[in-house]
Amino acid sequence: MDLSVLWFGIVAFLFVGYFVLDGFDFGVGMSLPFLGRDETDRRVLINTIGPVWDLNETWVIVAGASLFAAFPEWYATLFSGFYLPLLIILLALIVRGVSFEYRHQRPEAEWKRRFDGMIIVGSAVPALLWGVAFANIVQGIPLDADHNYTGTLFDLLNPYALLGGLTTLLLFFTHGVVFVSLKTDGDLRERARRLATRTGIATIVVAASFLLWTGVAHGTPWFWILAGLAAVTLIGGWLANTRGAEGVAFTMLAATVAAAVLALFAALFPDVMPASNDPANSLTIANASSSEYTLTVMSWVALVFLPLILLYQGWTYWVFRKRVTRASIEAAAH
Amino acid sequence: MNELLDPLLLARWQFGLTTIYHFLFVPLTIGLATTAAVFQTAWYRTGKAEYLRITRFFGSIFLINFAMGVVTGIVQEFQFGMNWSEYSRFVGDVFGAPLALEGLLAFFFEATFIGLWIFGWDKLPRGVHLATIWATAIGSIISAYFILAANAFMQNPVGYEINAEKGRAELVDIWEVLGNPVVLAAFPHTIAASFMVAAGLVISAAAWHLARNQHLDTMRPALKFGLWVMVGAGILTTLFGDQLSLAMVATQPMKMAAAEATYDTVCGAAASFSVFTLGTPDGSTELFSIRVPYLLSFLSTHTFDGCVEGINDLQAEYTALYGPGDYTPIIWVTYWSFRWMIGLGLLHVFIAVVGLWVTRKGRMPKQAWVWKVAVWSFPLSLAAMIVGWIFTEMGRQPWIVFSLLPTESAVSPNVTGLQVLISLVAFTLIYGALAVVEIRLVIRTIRNGPPEVGEPDPESGRIEPTTTVY
Repeated sequence: MDLSVLWFGIVAFLFVGYFVLDGFDFGVGMSLPFLGRDETDRRVLINTIGPVWDLNETWVIVAGASLFAAFPEWYATLFSGFYLPLLIILLALIVRGVSFEYRHQRPEAEWKRRFDGMIIVGSAVPALLWGVAFANIVQGIPLDADHNYTGTLFDLLNPYALLGGLTTLLLFFTHGVVFVSLKTDGDLRERARRLATRTGIATIVVAASFLLWTGVAHGTPWFWILAGLAAVTLIGGWLANTRGAEGVAFTMLAATVAAAVLALFAALFPDVMPASNDPANSLTIANASSSEYTLTVMSWVALVFLPLILLYQGWTYWVFRKRVTRASIEAAAH
Repeated sequence: MNELLDPLLLARWQFGLTTIYHFLFVPLTIGLATTAAVFQTAWYRTGKAEYLRITRFFGSIFLINFAMGVVTGIVQEFQFGMNWSEYSRFVGDVFGAPLALEGLLAFFFEATFIGLWIFGWDKLPRGVHLATIWATAIGSIISAYFILAANAFMQNPVGYEINAEKGRAELVDIWEVLGNPVVLAAFPHTIAASFMVAAGLVISAAAWHLARNQHLDTMRPALKFGLWVMVGAGILTTLFGDQLSLAMVATQPMKMAAAEATYDTVCGAAASFSVFTLGTPDGSTELFSIRVPYLLSFLSTHTFDGCVEGINDLQAEYTALYGPGDYTPIIWVTYWSFRWMIGLGLLHVFIAVVGLWVTRKGRMPKQAWVWKVAVWSFPLSLAAMIVGWIFTEMGRQPWIVFSLLPTESAVSPNVTGLQVLISLVAFTLIYGALAVVEIRLVIRTIRNGPPEVGEPDPESGRIEPTTTVY
């Protein structure tokens, strides 16, 4: 098999990992104003992702580095082209990450409220903008012959891309809230379940319109299969949630995120960065990838280490498998 | 106005500021993870509560830092593509590989095990929990290797070929990139220096409490540990720094000439090391200086009759090789950063040796000034590390990849000056605000002293540590 195609798959896999995992972190962060009725509630919410948000976020670092190594042209075009949106994502991720760590350092309500706000904004902004970014990648952006983006910030904020952003925002929100119902107990768990039922309907409507729009414009057979899978698991997850099968609902929604991301990569294939102005300027798997030797080295490392990574990350989730309860938070040291 | 919006200049300022800022947290992460691991091991083996308290004390300072290291690190990776897209296109085939290896081999490892360590105190068997902090420490050290290998390629490109058709450098031997003589010296030099910074923090925190005659049971062993690490790591930093300067002379002679502001080629006794100079800012005219004869010859070649090429000769040589242009770094920056790095580094080893002497056999100096000096260990050792990096990176200029790509050709052509100005201002504001919060939190944590860890269980006689929650 052509190694550059394999790496297209590995990059897709790394972004799937990122959006499945950090996606529900964003959702939990955004749920604070809706589910966190008091300080203990809010601490319960934050502690459901406490041990894992950092490793979940690491997926985007590895995805970015893999893009750099395997597709330098794609990395260069994408990151310089989406300069301001990526800047805002970076600032949001900074704010969110330090807030988790700083929030519990002082007892004052005012202090905590400030960092709560930063967690909410720091979660909502990337959840929205990642969708905008990926929708623009699939749709294509104006590129010159050197593959440099020639548009402006406002070209990126087109209706299709904004619909993509709204899709990820709602999908991550619902996924995060289902995660909360899976990881907490009592009243909070029940409220989370009910909230997910309500937002789930909006998610289904918005995600279906986005995938339909994508399919009509860029559909390939693989796209339709994966988009169909995303739709089925989303509806299945929503049904499971209304019946209180939290584990099933969470797994189904994780599959929705994974299938939707893969569907976008399928719509993209074999381009990686289509030029909307002139197809001759498009970046493709072939003209954006690294040399055969570089890809060979990286393939060996990825094939050995990715299974190990999945193994020890899986173990972490198993270690922290218990529900976070109000009692456990109130009993714990600061 | 046009000068204000020069994308190249702004992008360089942004990269410099964000990198320095990121690097305030990296050496502490590396050094403090190991410090916590050592004390937790001591607790594991002896069961003494003091060791657990020291572990949790420095562990909590480590955690305040760690979050900052993570989030500012993402900026670094994104910035290559955002601001330096031409660089990314040119070197991605070579430079991307160590970054991806760093992610796959080290970042995931570090990020996973730190979570297990913070939240796993009551969930994992003791031995396994101890292993998680060692895994975090080892992960951070492995990650340093890969990022330094990537940086070494910029200083001394090896293991590549130029693909003229694609207009880029391509990897031909990964082992050559990972075995670059520059990284072989820079890695132990940087890791040892990171331990100096962590030791500086341990000394500062311990001295603050000991000066107030409090927490003696925990802060005395901590101080002793800090002082010994400072001496040991200081010696290693010096030895590997010496190796690094040999590699530098062999690969980037201009950097050494700029470090010394040596304009003309000098040999033997004339190749003197100036400890201190008063002169014009660029060092071209000297008014007064203190010089050690032969020392520069020895540093550069390990012989007393070696020659050190001067800036003027190298400039002529490079003009012949690479075409017309100015191949000289900013001399006053390289000259003074090199001196401050060495001066502050050696000062710390000296202070630590004195510290070991005045605290020998459990003595406790009564003089307040001794402790006041000791409290400055941390900021000054961190400053030594930072000026060292300023020297390394500014000494590479005007190249982004030495001899292959000038910095001015590396910047993103489609990112406007205004865009970079916006991001530079945004990073400066947010980093500044976070620095204030961070420093206050660290000082507060130090002042609160080592946390209580509870009484031993009456049946087992062991302490059951409580877990951390957010």
